[in-house]
Amino acid sequence: MKEFTCIVCPRGCRLKIDDELNVTGNSCPRGAEYAKNEVTNPKRMITSLMRVKNRENCVVSVKTSNAIPKGMIFQVMEEINKTGVNAPTNIGDVAISNVLNTGVDIIITKNIK
Amino acid sequence: MIKRDLVIIGGGSAGMAAAIEAKKNGIDDILILEKDSVLGGILNQCIHNGFGLTEFKEELTGPEYLSRFANQVDELGIEYKLDSLVLDVSENRLVTYSNAHDGVVTIEAKAIIFATGCYERGPGAIQLAGDRCSGIITAGTAQKYLNIHGFLVGKRIVILGSGDIGLIMARRMTLEGAKVLCVSEIMPYSNGLNRNIAQCLNDYNIPLYLSHSVLRVEGKKGRVEKVVLAAVDDKMKFIPGTEMEFECDTLLLSVGLVPYVSLLDKLHADMSSTRGAKVNDQLMTSIPGIFSCGNCLHVHDVVDFVTDEGRDAGRGAANYIKGLSNKQKHLEVKPGNGVSYVIPQFIETDLNNDITFKFRVRKPIQNVFVNFSSGEELVHKVYKQVLIPSEMVMIKISKEKLTNVKDEIVVSIKERE
Ligand SMILES: Cc1cc2nc3c(=O)[nH]c(=O)nc-3n(C[C@H](O)[C@H](O)[C@H](O)COP(=O)(O)OP(=O)(O)OC[C@H]3O[C@@H](n4cnc5c(N)ncnc54)[C@H](O)[C@@H]3O)c2cc1C
Ligand code: SF4
Repeated sequence: MKEFTCIVCPRGCRLKIDDELNVTGNSCPRGAEYAKNEVTNPKRMITSLMRVKNRENCVVSVKTSNAIPKGMIFQVMEEINKTGVNAPTNIGDVAISNVLNTGVDIIITKNIK
Repeated sequence: MIKRDLVIIGGGSAGMAAAIEAKKNGIDDILILEKDSVLGGILNQCIHNGFGLTEFKEELTGPEYLSRFANQVDELGIEYKLDSLVLDVSENRLVTYSNAHDGVVTIEAKAIIFATGCYERGPGAIQLAGDRCSGIITAGTAQKYLNIHGFLVGKRIVILGSGDIGLIMARRMTLEGAKVLCVSEIMPYSNGLNRNIAQCLNDYNIPLYLSHSVLRVEGKKGRVEKVVLAAVDDKMKFIPGTEMEFECDTLLLSVGLVPYVSLLDKLHADMSSTRGAKVNDQLMTSIPGIFSCGNCLHVHDVVDFVTDEGRDAGRGAANYIKGLSNKQKHLEVKPGNGVSYVIPQFIETDLNNDITFKFRVRKPIQNVFVNFSSGEELVHKVYKQVLIPSEMVMIKISKEKLTNVKDEIVVSIKERE
């Protein structure tokens, strides 16, 4: 039996999951799915910044298009820190596609003219 | 003198929503004055995701959320001035602002909406003991340095206060290579969302010390060198022998937000215990034609609710400009047992179909009824499984239930037998 907090929405339900993957404590189905993933393959979204190469002292915010394996957070951060983009940037632009073969892209979240 | 129908002070989430709604309600002559060089307010620095679940049914980052509203402001042709600081507002609705292009200008407005946001409490407000060295900084300021300008303010960090901004910054600075040693919270419970404790602290093995506070800061050489924490008892007194020392270069403070109302204060508007102005069902303050919404009315934790409140103020101001919101009555709404404040504080018109009452409880509590009573009469009653101070409660009551109420309304918490 494992116990943890659901992070899918701000409500933060206290979830319990047993060895047969039966989930209790969730207020909605998304919580059950989260609990199963959390014991088999925990994943997280990352948000961070990327350098804007053609502007002085300028950064742009980015996010992962989907959750990535928790164990890869710092590796993905390294990729983000290594990479730069050029302005103008648009929300939704792909800055890195399929980062470290995760099937997840790094997406721009801010418009810079 | 320049005349405008509606002037909105502050172009954050509240101000943009107010402008869009006023426009949709037939007010064309609108001006937003924003001191920053972009629209969006605090959301510009909130690059994490979790915004917009109610509004858009998706999880957006702060900049994505604000851009949807900034786009609407542009599409509707609503005028705004950036880098424009409002210096003064008078009781007869004269707004004075200044910027590099226009100089100092005074505008006469039919209605004014305050949407000026909030500020963070600093070291003075919590009587932080020890050396006054550099490296003591509020979490929101550190967030601005990092997320807008790309500077990390320190390498070894202690965070005081477990509000959401502190938790979010614990993760953010860890991702950028800083070592966050711990988060210390003086209360026996955290003020942050459980979700943020899980994904910002537990994920990175950052300890959270509840009922602990900073005993002193050491930094004789001009920069923070050490922070000493100690446990507190239930009277908030330090318990001798519980000291823990942390060698660090930065102390981040996440110890509360306060509505930013210095301009309203000067007008002697009636103020509430939230430190914001008292408002009626149209979100109008005690000064006719002057409205307030968003974090300068009361501090919100979720931006979607700020947007909604901004719309209410925009509609309220439009009603006022069109001469629809004459006072029909004066019903006071007061916090009772277990409730720290309620908004609105007054009901004065019959314009709304229903009224959403917003309030916070004083301490975490379970298995209770929220009672809305007026004299002997119980106007409305709702059961709640859990209520916590960090989550604003919203309860909507229909017009039918409210029209016959003649006496003040008291909102109180009653434990279920
Ligand atoms: C640091 C921080 C982190 C947050 N994180 C989250 C989160 O993770 N999720 C969530 O849902 N909510 C979060 N919130 C809450 C939510 O985002 C905010 O409550 C909301 O964005 C506030 O909107 P606002 O318009 O009331 O204030 P603001 O966004 O602060 O806007 C106020 C605007 O008024 C302008 N202004 C002030 N005074 C003047 C003047 N005299 N003249 C001209 N302009 C002026 C300011 O420059 C600013 O742009 C956070 C809040 C803060 C403070
Ligand atoms: S279980 Fe559902 S309601 Fe509860 S926190 Fe998770 S997503 Fe939110």
